[in-house]
This record gives sequence, C-alpha cells and structure tokens, in this order.
Amino acid sequence: MTLRDKTAIVGVGATPYYKRGRSLPQTSLELAGKATLAALADAGLSVADVDGLALYGMGLGGDTSLFAQTLGIPEVRFTATLTGGGGGAAGSVGLAAAAIVSGMATCVVSLMSLQQASSRFGASYAPRGKVGAQYSAPPSPEGNFIQPAGLMAPGQMFAVLARRHMYQYGTQREHFAEVAISTRENARRRETALMRDPLTVEEYFAARMIADPLCLFDFCLECDGAVAVVTVAADRAQDLRQPPVLVTASAHGGHGRWGQAITWMNMPDEIFASSGHRPVAQRLYAMAEMGPEDVDVALFYDHFSPMVLLQLEDYGFCAIGESGPFVADGNIRWPRGSLPVNTHGGNLSEAYIIGMTHVKEAVEQLRGTAVNQVAGAQVALVTGGPASLPTSSLLLRAP
Amino acid sequence: MTATPATDAPLRLPPATLIQLSPDSWTAPFWEAAAAHRLVVPRCTSCAAFRFPPGPFCWRCQAQAIEWVERPGHGTVYSYTIVWHPILPDLADSVPYAPAVVELADTDDVRVVGAVTDAPAHAVEVGLAVELVWRDVRDRVSVPTWRPT
Repeated sequence: MTLRDKTAIVGVGATPYYKRGRSLPQTSLELAGKATLAALADAGLSVADVDGLALYGMGLGGDTSLFAQTLGIPEVRFTATLTGGGGGAAGSVGLAAAAIVSGMATCVVSLMSLQQASSRFGASYAPRGKVGAQYSAPPSPEGNFIQPAGLMAPGQMFAVLARRHMYQYGTQREHFAEVAISTRENARRRETALMRDPLTVEEYFAARMIADPLCLFDFCLECDGAVAVVTVAADRAQDLRQPPVLVTASAHGGHGRWGQAITWMNMPDEIFASSGHRPVAQRLYAMAEMGPEDVDVALFYDHFSPMVLLQLEDYGFCAIGESGPFVADGNIRWPRGSLPVNTHGGNLSEAYIIGMTHVKEAVEQLRGTAVNQVAGAQVALVTGGPASLPTSSLLLRAP
Repeated sequence: MTATPATDAPLRLPPATLIQLSPDSWTAPFWEAAAAHRLVVPRCTSCAAFRFPPGPFCWRCQAQAIEWVERPGHGTVYSYTIVWHPILPDLADSVPYAPAVVELADTDDVRVVGAVTDAPAHAVEVGLAVELVWRDVRDRVSVPTWRPT
C-alpha cells in the first residue's frame, strides 16, 4: 500500500512576500496564521476542521503548541515535523498525506513561516553572536572541521559542490546564468515576485562575485513571509471549493552517507557533485508509477542556481553531467521548453520561503490558474533541498 | 567590487577571532595533536576504515574502537571556493580567501577542509597538489591550512 492519489491539496494561502525584515511589526506567528487562514478560506474550510499539523522543522521553529493555542484548533490529532537543514517543505505535504492515509488525522495543514528580521540564513554557519550572524549555529565538534576554513554560509558551501561539477562535467557559468535568467523572466510577469526587472547575460557577468563560481545572481533572496497548504482525503476533496490536486507520490531521505553534506564534505565521490536527491527521485517515481517523461512542469528548490542543474540530472530529465547543455538548449524556458522550470520565479526571483512557494505554484499550475500557465499541465514535480539529509519531493497531478 | 575579481590577488585567511573549537571526547585527540603540529586520523581497528571527522562508530562496520594514525599531510584539492564577499563585518579585511576540500593521501580519500595559503587566488584549482601548514590561531589551538607544493 502506498499513499498514491489517496489525498489531495485543497487549499493554498500566502502572505505577501517581503524583503528580509520588511514584514515587521507583524510577528512570525502572525504571518503563519494569516497564511493558514488564507489556505483554509481557499478550500472553503475553517480552523474548526483542522486536526493535523505536518511541517518541515523550520516552519514554526519545530514546535506547533503555540500555533494551535493561538488559532484555537479544537483538537490536534497529528503533529510532526520533518527534520533537516532546508530540504523538507515538499516532504511536509507527504507527511500530511501519510497522516491522513494512516487514519491519524483528516485535515492537515503544512506551513512555512519565515522572518529574517533579526537573523539571516545567508550567514547561518558563522560564529554565533557576531554582528550579521545572529541566526547562526553554535560551534559543534563536527563543525570545527569546516568553519575554521572560513566556510560560514550555505552559498559558499554549495559553491564547492558547483565547482566540482564544473570540473567533472565541464559545466560553465553560462549554464548557471541560464537558470538565473530564465527564472527571472518568469518572475517578471508575477505581481507577487520581489525581483521583476529583466536580467541580461551581460548584467549577470557584470555582477559581483560572492563565492566563486557563484555571483550575486546565483543566490536566492532573503525574505519574510508565510505559505500554507491544506491536505484532506481525495474523496472528501471532491466536495470542497477548489478543484483538488492529488498527492500522487512523496518521498524524502537520501543516501545515509550524504548525511550532513555541505557541512561535512566527505560524501561518497559518486554523489558529491549531486543534489542528494537521486535515491529520493527513484522512490518518488516508483510510488507514482511515473517517470520524468510524465512531468509537465518542475518546481525545483533553487537557493543557488547550480543546484537546479544537479536536480535536473538526479530527477532524470537529462543524463548525469549533461544538465549544462540541457539548459543551454532552452529546455527549462517557459512556455516553449520541454520542461518549464520554476514558472513562479522560484527562490531566486519571486521569494524565498524555504520552498513552500514551489508547492503553491504546483497547485496553481494544476488548477490551470498559474500566471505563467503551462498549457494542459497534468503533473507537477516539487522538490525541497539540496540540503543535508533529508531532501524531499512531491509529485502532484490534476484529477 | 570589480566584476571580474583580480585573480592575482593574494589569498588571505579568516581572522583567528572567528575560529572557535568545541571538541568532544572523540574529536579532542585530533585537536590535541594539531596543537603539536601533528596530523592524526582515526582508523577502525576492526575493518581499517578511516572515519572523519572522528566519531563514536565506524560507518562501515559499526565498531567503536579506533587507532590514531599519523600522516604527513599531503593531498590534492578535490574542490574549493574563493570567497570574495565578506558575509560578516569581521571578514572585511580577510577576502579573498579560499576554503578547499582536500583529499588526504594514504587515507582512502578522507577529505580535510582548510583555507589555501601562500598562493594567489588564480593558483587554486581542482587537482592542485598541496601540503598541510598548521595555522596557530591562539595558544594550544592550531587549524589546518593548505599550501601548494
């Protein structure tokens, strides 16, 4: 037995997206509540219907007690979070589906709320307490083998993976640029996007280098905001306000020796220059009884542009090492590419809400209401991470 | 900040004030040896697998016991980045610096991360042969850096 097509996303909601710190004086809890109420209203449901909370750990700081008390949820019957370091937003919807299929809950909210006013992910491995690093982790015995080299930011660490990919496969900065520019083109048409000015190849190469080979435009945004998703059983979904979007498959995890990945750097050679998603992708497709050829639109977690390339490989849209030429051929462009990617503008140009905007976009694509609609889209892929273990993903489809 | 960084810029190092160690019982012997400018790596006494960083179990056979083997500190750059943007105010005078992931010789490819030193930025590349240079950041605290050979 699997959860294939047994549940459906029936509501999505979001706050406006803000540049880091601009959501004040609202609180993070307030943003979470606003997104949840919007998602319930979208579904034609209310707080009285909610009995489950399935999050990725960072969603409410890994704790749902204050949220339940504040919104007045009548009875919580399921509350669980995916662990990890950034890869769980897509998988949190899979956790909701698992709760419903197992009978533990009937109406589950998955949620991400992010406020970087007094903290920033961009320096999340810098020494705690230093100016500009208030979010950062305390020194750990394992981190001692990374941080003294000056690796203090996720972008610096993923730059190391990107450099290895360039060495092994001949990938070029022009390929990273194609990800950044195609994503920006999608964002230009979206009112919700924070970055809507056109981006040219010349501007990309004129931008300042941050952590070679990654320049300014290879980095995602630092944002505030919240996105929520409501999942119920597929048969119940028929009676609600919106066309249901079926949860066809979800998977999370990864190779055990992927492990802490970017804060470890001792992953096996054959997966070092990967997204960590390869085994997750295989399980996802097996559960769905689908393959990459069935996917109409892909919403790849895009904190750093090269990681989109590595996911294209790990999800089988091209051979390992061939993602550079694949994007250079125009394949990820909306609307005419063979696989439109991040039609909402992604983390790079719309907003960074740790991947939940990607779930929202998949739902809009399958309802047929997306701003950059892929004609006739029936199946959408959503991923969370590259990150430390677990990475996660979802296959959603229109009924 | 220039569009194309001057790659003959000499590489710098992150300031010693940003380096904090917090060893546990499994990693402490590494740092004690480091303070004496000796590189030691833990190897499983049951199956001979190296484990890094030092930890309580063998990833291959799950045994706990280890022996510490000394290595001279030769390796090759597996991958790297060159950091041009100081993410903290404290790093403003430390860029560019180049964290490198180095495959250590005679350890079944244990990778040791350290900044490259005594080289210009353009000298760093995958496959570069390097040797370990201990950097004394304060009394009884030394961390690995890598110098091209």
